[in-house]
Amino acid sequence: MTDSTPSPSDLLDIYTRAYRIRRNDEEFHAAMMSGKLGIRIYYSPRGQEIIPAALCNHLTDADYMVTIYRGVHDQIAKGIPLKALWAEYAGRIDGTCKGKGGPMHVTHPETGNMVTTGIVGGSMPIANGLAWASQIDGNDRVTVATFGDGASNIGAFHESLNMASLWKLPVIFLCQNNLIAEHTRYEKGTAVDSIADRAASYNMPGIKVDGNDPVAMWEAAKEAVDRARRGEGPTLIEAMTFRFMGHLIGDPDEHWGEGEKEAALAKDPVPALREQLLSKGLADEAQLTEIEAAVNKEIEEAIAFAEQSPLPDLAELNTDVLAEG
Amino acid sequence: MAKKMNYVQAINMALADAMEADENVLLLGEDVADEEGGGVVKVSQGLSAKFGTNRVKSTPIAEEAIMGAAIGASLVGKRPVAEIMLMNFMTVAMDQVVNHAAKLRYMSGGQTNVPITIRTMTGAGGGAGGQHTDMLEAWFAHVAGMKVVTPSSPAEAYGLLRACIEDDDPCLFIENMPTYWTKGEAPVPGTVIPLGKANVIKEGNDVTLITYGRMVMESMQAAEILAENGVSVEVIDLRTIAPFDAETILNSVAKTQRAVVVHEAVRPFGVGAEIASRITEELFSQLKAPVQRVGSSFNAVPYAQVLEAAHLPTPDGIIEAVKKTLD
Repeated sequence: MTDSTPSPSDLLDIYTRAYRIRRNDEEFHAAMMSGKLGIRIYYSPRGQEIIPAALCNHLTDADYMVTIYRGVHDQIAKGIPLKALWAEYAGRIDGTCKGKGGPMHVTHPETGNMVTTGIVGGSMPIANGLAWASQIDGNDRVTVATFGDGASNIGAFHESLNMASLWKLPVIFLCQNNLIAEHTRYEKGTAVDSIADRAASYNMPGIKVDGNDPVAMWEAAKEAVDRARRGEGPTLIEAMTFRFMGHLIGDPDEHWGEGEKEAALAKDPVPALREQLLSKGLADEAQLTEIEAAVNKEIEEAIAFAEQSPLPDLAELNTDVLAEG
Repeated sequence: MAKKMNYVQAINMALADAMEADENVLLLGEDVADEEGGGVVKVSQGLSAKFGTNRVKSTPIAEEAIMGAAIGASLVGKRPVAEIMLMNFMTVAMDQVVNHAAKLRYMSGGQTNVPITIRTMTGAGGGAGGQHTDMLEAWFAHVAGMKVVTPSSPAEAYGLLRACIEDDDPCLFIENMPTYWTKGEAPVPGTVIPLGKANVIKEGNDVTLITYGRMVMESMQAAEILAENGVSVEVIDLRTIAPFDAETILNSVAKTQRAVVVHEAVRPFGVGAEIASRITEELFSQLKAPVQRVGSSFNAVPYAQVLEAAHLPTPDGIIEAVKKTLD
């Protein structure tokens, strides 16, 4: 085992993060469907869990993340506390943002969750600024901008990658290519076969990787993180994945060919990693059950916390607009 | 004789003093470093030589990336001053300004804030036509979470820009291009003019002229002519357009009972509409005449000199509006 491949404990860590994402997703989904907690909007990241789980094995709270509306997997992988996350989804005062941001704007600077944007393409320009601050301060913090394949077609992608490369910023552009932008399939919206190829236009490395393969994803992320920490500049990663639940909750998601989605669902990456850990003897059933029980308990507690958290006082309506109120 | 200075010199001095006072103050924008000329009209000349190209950074022509870089750095302790060369180019950066800079404090429940200053120049009169000289301040004043500031003299440019840079919220600082080289009293170094406070430039009893930026000059000319005709005009320079100093305006209009709002921006849906409405809401029964608005005509800024001059408000137009309140 060299340090360019994940150790058994790295893989176990990736599984723990991915399982936490998956189980939260199931509970968010159930809460949406039942109306429990009054969650008003939700974008499921199911199918994409491994990407941030493997990435965040390389990051600490000091590293910055800028994610997008479908970004709860990124936030959970980055270590956001579940109680505050659930309370935010429920629009309660104990939420990360006092219930004022909601699912599309979750923010938690203590864990490096700096911005969540609801604007496609909005994450990349801001990530450059965070990375620029780190560069000026001479620390080795890394900033990750995550976005989807659709965002690679917006002008902000071009402006941001060009600037990041010129300035050698310690930033990673992590494109989670789930093959569909809202309701438009990849090939109908994107003129190139591979988004990673676009890196050549900016004179930066472009890595195309199976984002659902924890080893490959971990290795790609490591290369990019190490490069950024060494001060050598940005990397574009195109992590291939699949969006299991459609764009919106209740979305019929009828854009796929015969058997295409079924095949992707059959390769659900979270149970696949579990299988892999067991079959390779990297973990035993008891160990995994213990991890899973701890995650489930944490989620139960988070839901209970959100339920008992008060609604924001109406005075909150007009505060936090400006420094003066 | 007191020392004189133009806007370019005063703004340059404000930037230099702010950078000297706080190492977190950064500059970025197209051509701002000395190698690229120190800014298209040399506002930032000498600053990269003094503070280094790490802190004074020339950028590609990429307004969205400029704004994002400023916002991101501001989230973690920096105080970037982003130059968007011309106000019309703000349109290219609108997503970052409106959806992000203005709203991150609120959407994060106060966990983060965006202490950036956006410097931008504009103003018609030089024949630049329809895409280089618009006054778009009302767009930004309409977004909660933004401050919009514009000076009416070099000394005010210094003091207000220092205040914007020290402020913890995103400030849009609008500089008037045609008057850049007009001299005024030199600023006193270190003077910070508080945001949100208007300045009563001239006291009077018959009518209040509420204005800002370059139109302060036109309004003062109108006030002088009116004085010769026995009309006593009070002139208020807003300095901060958003949030505006309602108290100073209302106190003045309560006294004069007549008001005219003057700005270079086109009239419909403008700052004048907001202020006129506020005055009417608060002082309706005390007003002796409807509040008048003076602004540019509602069309793109034309190129031909004769048309451009007809487009812009003039002292004569202001006098005419004042007379309407006196009839």
